[in-house]
Amino acid sequence: MSILVLADHHDGQLAGTTAHVVAAAQEIAKAGGGDIDVLVAGEGVSAIAEAAAKLNGVSRVRVADNAVYAHQLAEPLGALLVELADDYSHVLSSASTTGKNVMPRLAALKDVSQLSDVIAVEGIDTFCRPIYAGNAIATVKSDDALKVMTVRSTAFDAVAADGSAGIESVDKVVDNTQSSFLKEELAQSDRPELGAAKVVISGGRGMGNGENFKLLDGIADKLGAAIGASRAAVDAGYAHNDMQVGQTGKIVAPDLYIAVGISGAIQHLAGMKDSKVIVAINQDEEAPIFQVADYGLVGDLFEVLPELESKL
Amino acid sequence: MKVLVAVKRVIDYNVKIRVKPDHSDVDLTNVKMAMNPFCEIAVEEAVRLKEKGVASEVVAVTVGPKAAQEQLRTAMALGADRAIHVQTDDKVESLAVAKLLKGVIDEEQPGLVILGKQAIDTDNNQTGQMLAALAGMPQGTFASEVDVQGEKVAVTREIDGGLQTVELSLPAIVTTDLRLNDPRYAKLPDIMKAKKKPLDVKTPEDYGVATGSKVSLIKVEAPAERKGGVKVGSVDELVDKLKNEAKVIS
Repeated sequence: MSILVLADHHDGQLAGTTAHVVAAAQEIAKAGGGDIDVLVAGEGVSAIAEAAAKLNGVSRVRVADNAVYAHQLAEPLGALLVELADDYSHVLSSASTTGKNVMPRLAALKDVSQLSDVIAVEGIDTFCRPIYAGNAIATVKSDDALKVMTVRSTAFDAVAADGSAGIESVDKVVDNTQSSFLKEELAQSDRPELGAAKVVISGGRGMGNGENFKLLDGIADKLGAAIGASRAAVDAGYAHNDMQVGQTGKIVAPDLYIAVGISGAIQHLAGMKDSKVIVAINQDEEAPIFQVADYGLVGDLFEVLPELESKL
Repeated sequence: MKVLVAVKRVIDYNVKIRVKPDHSDVDLTNVKMAMNPFCEIAVEEAVRLKEKGVASEVVAVTVGPKAAQEQLRTAMALGADRAIHVQTDDKVESLAVAKLLKGVIDEEQPGLVILGKQAIDTDNNQTGQMLAALAGMPQGTFASEVDVQGEKVAVTREIDGGLQTVELSLPAIVTTDLRLNDPRYAKLPDIMKAKKKPLDVKTPEDYGVATGSKVSLIKVEAPAERKGGVKVGSVDELVDKLKNEAKVIS
């Protein structure tokens, strides 16, 4: 039986996360799974399908291009996946907000469990996933005929874009009378995507206010970094919700993570402790963040940040 | 309109868990338990809808052991009118919880169902979506704003990249994100009053739902410990270490 990967996309582009999910699908294929198909569902998505067809290891891209799939609302997207699922042993998506929104619907309608945030493939039916904010790793075995799962993209290296899969359209169109899209307010940024950036610099409550978050900009510019925030900073209104790094926000694992004015609550650590190198800048030398930081600098961030920017 | 709000008893969010020495599960012996934080937000939203006159009644429901009645009493102290306890000592996974809640929906016929987006123990983020699918209702997940207008509800959702607003026909399912509201604290007189509010005890059998799952837990391990590193004395030293030791900047 084959494996289906639901492609992530936004703004007319294939999201980087999809190449990581295909990598997870390849591991399942190596453990005895079948061919890998990618589903691209949306409106006006032919360029996205072409990008997906280049992902290494993909046999076929299936394209559901219709207005009903615009904005990837959960109700029609879930119904579409249910229509297609009988051809597959595994259906995977990234643990993006789209994946989390729709995959449980597919699982419930097929009367199977869903595995969330898979971080390792141990076999065709056995997977590892974090629980309790990543403070424990559970190994679970699914005896369901259909395995439905979301994949933590940072746990798998992206496949190369050197393939040439065939593209087929899906003629099935589902109805949706229950939900409609009203509007979207997306943060405009030239910076890299938080979940995929090689360097992330995050601010916490210690930043003091939203205006001070600009102190991170110059450093982010010099390092090509994405800017993140702790929950405390988001709750206080210093930063947008989509910048939140942590158990219930974004999970990041960059080469370099710089935590500024962040104390290091377990919920925050859950979102960044798999980073390769962690730097903590905090004036409280007892802050728990220093227990996970490779390099800690105790000091006043309002002095440290301008100096750091000038010396990079 | 009746609002149904689901709550879960979980480990207190401040507690750092330990894995059992035999790796069979995490050790919850004598650990402080509490209402899941996202469920507190769900209860608060339901109570606010009642205070605004949108909801006529707020019914809290939980699936879990006898001790989970504490969380139902908390929900009633916060303003829920009555509670339903689907009592079981089994470990009940998201799909079975969704089936049980579907059974409660069939009996109660709420206009809106509010759940937390995820429980901080299993971190699944599934039950609301599964319930919506099983009940044939639309869903507004990860909500930061809920606006009921007649037969519809507009839900603003926290998505990757920003906010999305969708309009759903009622009845609908909403799952809460952190920015939806700031839950209130229960006042002592309300805690006393909550003890007298009605609490119905049911069993999974009442709803014809089997609580088993085809997913088995093989083992639970602690994650690789991250060792703390060194403190550096200056920005110069930090930049030097990042360039020459960690080699993460050039």
